Amino acid sequence: MSIRFSFGGDEHIFAEVSEEMSLEAFFTSLSMTNAVKAAGIKGVTEICPANASFQIKFDPDAIKPGDLLRELQSMEGAASKSDATLKTRIMEIPVLYQDPWTHETLMRFRERHQDPNSTDIEYAARINDYATVDDFIAAHSGQPWFVSMVGFVAGLPFLYQMVERKRQIQVPKYLRPRTDTPKLTVGYGGCFSCIYSVRGAGGYQMFGVTPMPIYDPTQQVSYLQDEMCFFRPGDIVKWKPVSRDEYDAAIEAVEGNRYEPVIRPAEFSLAAFNKDMAGTNAKLMEVLHGR
Amino acid sequence: MAVNVISPGLSTTVQDLGRPGYYHLGIPISGGMDRYALRAANMLVGNDEGAAVLEAVFLGPELEFTAATTVAVTGGDLPPRLNGTEMPGWEAFPVKAGDRLTFGYLKGGARTCIAVSGGIDVPVTLGSRSTYTLGALGGHEGRALKAGDWLPMGVGKPAKGMVPHNLRRGPGNPAELRMLPGLYWHRITAEAGKRFFADTWKVAPEADRIGYRFRGGTALDFVPREPPFGAGSNPSNIVDACYPYGSVQVPGGTEPIVLHRDAVSGGGYMMLGCVISADMDLIGQLQPHAPARFVEVTMDQALAARADRQAALARVRAHLGR
Repeated sequence: MSIRFSFGGDEHIFAEVSEEMSLEAFFTSLSMTNAVKAAGIKGVTEICPANASFQIKFDPDAIKPGDLLRELQSMEGAASKSDATLKTRIMEIPVLYQDPWTHETLMRFRERHQDPNSTDIEYAARINDYATVDDFIAAHSGQPWFVSMVGFVAGLPFLYQMVERKRQIQVPKYLRPRTDTPKLTVGYGGCFSCIYSVRGAGGYQMFGVTPMPIYDPTQQVSYLQDEMCFFRPGDIVKWKPVSRDEYDAAIEAVEGNRYEPVIRPAEFSLAAFNKDMAGTNAKLMEVLHGR
Repeated sequence: MAVNVISPGLSTTVQDLGRPGYYHLGIPISGGMDRYALRAANMLVGNDEGAAVLEAVFLGPELEFTAATTVAVTGGDLPPRLNGTEMPGWEAFPVKAGDRLTFGYLKGGARTCIAVSGGIDVPVTLGSRSTYTLGALGGHEGRALKAGDWLPMGVGKPAKGMVPHNLRRGPGNPAELRMLPGLYWHRITAEAGKRFFADTWKVAPEADRIGYRFRGGTALDFVPREPPFGAGSNPSNIVDACYPYGSVQVPGGTEPIVLHRDAVSGGGYMMLGCVISADMDLIGQLQPHAPARFVEVTMDQALAARADRQAALARVRAHLGR
């Protein structure tokens, strides 16, 4: 995998690890950005990993663009050879699939959708060859996901499912973006799931909502007092389908600031995962559930 | 020591030089859309160049001062009026407790910086007082001002001076936005690339602190490809990636969008390159329907333009004895 570098104006270097999404590309992006961070290069002001690419912002008054480019290129060999292991976190995120709020919203924007006669999740289940929506939900929530990028808006995670490519769910984005998406919508576009951290425009298909705040600029939420954004690239996420009663109970806990997300430290090895995906994921579930 | 907001204008926000360091979490730099005007306004009132000011767009606010201070108004040409009397732009003037500052109709540009001596003293969030409205972060309660808001002012010192006309800057007609091609430029045909730079575009109504959309040019022709896994089927789609500030994305190949200080930090549309740092301020001064052209430059030209802007700022400092 050879990284394609390009200048983004006079203040950015953009690096495309791969045109297509893969866990290998994501890990190369993560190890490159970690290496740039560790190198402490003068003039580097922002280091942003993305799904299969990354971006470095720099001050051209402090470092010549060409010099920074050469420095990044010199790191490429080490990053692609580096053992793709990660000390990270695994967390469980409750999801109320087919909730009333995203349903109300998707009905308002039906004329912008590929299939105005079904809901987003019915459409996604059908084009991914699932017999029923329940089967589709079982696939979406059955195996864990990597947070492969945080961004678009504050704290929004992009998630990539930890399954072989033929099992990856793929859906198009809306034909024209919506002007509204409920806060904490669990969405889907391309091969990525996401959680909308704030209410606003969006083009991803809408499957449900989580009761759990993931961005808090006021830093009042108990688990967001140190960092206002919950997710970090490399986090591992397991969706947990919940009933309306469970959702309401979680909202009550959130409102009383008593909600405690399930988070455990975890380790991940890309080589071990590629050798045995089901076994690796099963072990991650044991870590998550403390067994 | 405060500024009372009698009426807020169209969308007036507190801004400084921004909040670098959180783009990897999707929190953009924010800060003044026209940083040159922001620095000049602060210099005029004796502040540090990065102190917080009010940025008004298209329509000025009405403000009342509870204490004497010095005010300067720079950037877009919204004529300031003190208790009804027109005051000069780009020049410091004193105000007394109880004075009211209003603005006439916009005569040029789009965004105006209103600096007060001592700065607008809202709390610092993640290292900056800038407002990021989409994330409800920073500024005054994370939002644009409303009537009845009360903004604390810092303690300043008396200052005077003006920025001469030859050191003020606004967009030409058409505005020329210099751009370094790159990123996913290879996705469009050579012919489409030529037309992109040859066409005159117009600022669309969708133009705000997140980004400026342009229309009126020719739709792009893409180089044919098999869609990469995860990118999406439209030829303008990419696997969601970071968006640089100033990057020019073209969803569907039709209407370019230049991302600005409140940029969305990433997404799934190809970008043709970036407007260079020296011309970002100009975009913030473009009104809807304003004509604009993208002008191809090299990295060396981009760095020379950057040095020119720094030299202009140095002349302002020298002129004001800062």
